[in-house]
Amino acid sequence: MLNSKEILDTISMIDQQHLDIRTITMGISLLDCADPDAEAACRKIYDKICRRAEKLVFTGESIEREFGIPIVNKRISVTPIALVAGASVTNDYVPLAAALDRAAKTTGVNFIGGFSALVQKGLTAGDRKLIEAIPEALATTDLVCSSVNVGSTKAGINMDAVALMGRTIKAAAERTAEQGGFGCAKLVVFCNAVEDNPFMAGAFHGVGEGDCVINVGVSGPGVVHHALEKVKGQPFDMVAETIKKTAFRITRMGQLVAQEASRRLDVPFGIVDLSLAPTPAIGDSVARILEEMGLEVCGTHGTTAALALLNDAVKKGGVMASSHVGGLSGAFIPVSEDEGMIAAAASGALHLDKLEAMTCVCSVGLDMIAVPGDTTAETISAIIADEAAIGMVNSKTTAVRIIPAPGKTVGDTVEFGGLLGSAPVMPVHPFGSSAFIQRGGRIPAPMQSLKN
Amino acid sequence: MKAIVTVLGKDQVGIIAAVCTLLADNNVNVLDISQTILREFFTMTMLVDVSASKLPFTVLCTLLENEGSKRGLAIKVQREDIFDAMHKI
Repeated sequence: MLNSKEILDTISMIDQQHLDIRTITMGISLLDCADPDAEAACRKIYDKICRRAEKLVFTGESIEREFGIPIVNKRISVTPIALVAGASVTNDYVPLAAALDRAAKTTGVNFIGGFSALVQKGLTAGDRKLIEAIPEALATTDLVCSSVNVGSTKAGINMDAVALMGRTIKAAAERTAEQGGFGCAKLVVFCNAVEDNPFMAGAFHGVGEGDCVINVGVSGPGVVHHALEKVKGQPFDMVAETIKKTAFRITRMGQLVAQEASRRLDVPFGIVDLSLAPTPAIGDSVARILEEMGLEVCGTHGTTAALALLNDAVKKGGVMASSHVGGLSGAFIPVSEDEGMIAAAASGALHLDKLEAMTCVCSVGLDMIAVPGDTTAETISAIIADEAAIGMVNSKTTAVRIIPAPGKTVGDTVEFGGLLGSAPVMPVHPFGSSAFIQRGGRIPAPMQSLKN
Repeated sequence: MKAIVTVLGKDQVGIIAAVCTLLADNNVNVLDISQTILREFFTMTMLVDVSASKLPFTVLCTLLENEGSKRGLAIKVQREDIFDAMHKI
């Protein structure tokens, strides 16, 4: 029999250290739903999602109950809608978002991702219509998430799309001004977007995927933090080892849940995403892990090194625990969703520039950051361009989920509630970048050799 | 199918009897028990076999939880697989 200590360790990870499965995400291909008649396309999309995901929530809840492990979210990701809607004779893509929203509500999932376009090299008419529809789609739906990929290591950065997304983010914020610009919390701009990401708001079901797949995202910053409390003052070798062992355990649980969900739903298992995803709850913070390593506050000198170690150790520990690892896999640093990041930003220790540096070594990017409402579209585009450049040159995924909170300024806080938390408004540089953004065109793909 | 029952809470008379009676009434076989008192805190882990029980597993979860809350204890039953996954290679 297992020894009691191991059993009680697991119970305490779940009860006291917020260990959970962050999401079971069902990826569904909608490529077979394209139709010249937009209404017919909406109907096909709704029907296919409801058919495929009919038992997703029920299955998730049963596994949760039987294994005694919370599964916080059940979600759906779909083929980027720009690819499906391109065939329809219509200029208005908002009804497609409404169809996704209805399907999400019928199946009972928490979010549906894939109101997306992949425009790293150029924009088709469908891509352009989709991006134009984003502000209205996000304002008029509850559960739909949107993402746009504007760059990649192979293609370079599409600066026309970067300029367009700056304006789109501003419009999405203004369209949801009464909710603090909440629309922007459901919109991610990517470089090197991955096709099997189970996490929102950037999840979509890539065209290289099968018809239907189950991806699982694990979490557990609290467990890592707790484990590090036991190795206070010891060298980094020990810190890395401790994180690896903890990540291994967390991921094994994710793998078990993923296989079980795949078996019960009779849908192939895709990947486990080895991410440390924080929540605003006390004791579930990535920033607090970095501080446990010896930093007075997250954002001070040493933060990037601490995050690099954490991110790498999480991957090394997790990769052996799962048969297929994918998604974003690493530590997330969303400001509003992490209690320690919120505190660090509110105290003035954590700035946008430091966050940008941190994104060079962690799994995603500038995530859930509120900036003053009067930040210009060009400045937002320039922030996106910087972040995309980091991803492009380093062959990694980077993303921007930024909220220019209408009517708010530095010192204010924007409340989103739930897992999205609250974001202290952070200052941006006051100097302009508009002539830079107005150039348009493409930044060429970088060299893949002579790396220095 | 095997499962792990854990009972945590303030020590009191009749905890093991109550849990075992509930399990026996539902045809759940106890395979192993480990129990200690840590600073007046009752801690028990049991390995049980639920294959012969007619009760759906999730209903058993609820029954044990309810029994626990009556006595101010946290009683859980979870499939053994999750512990194996985390602690065995």
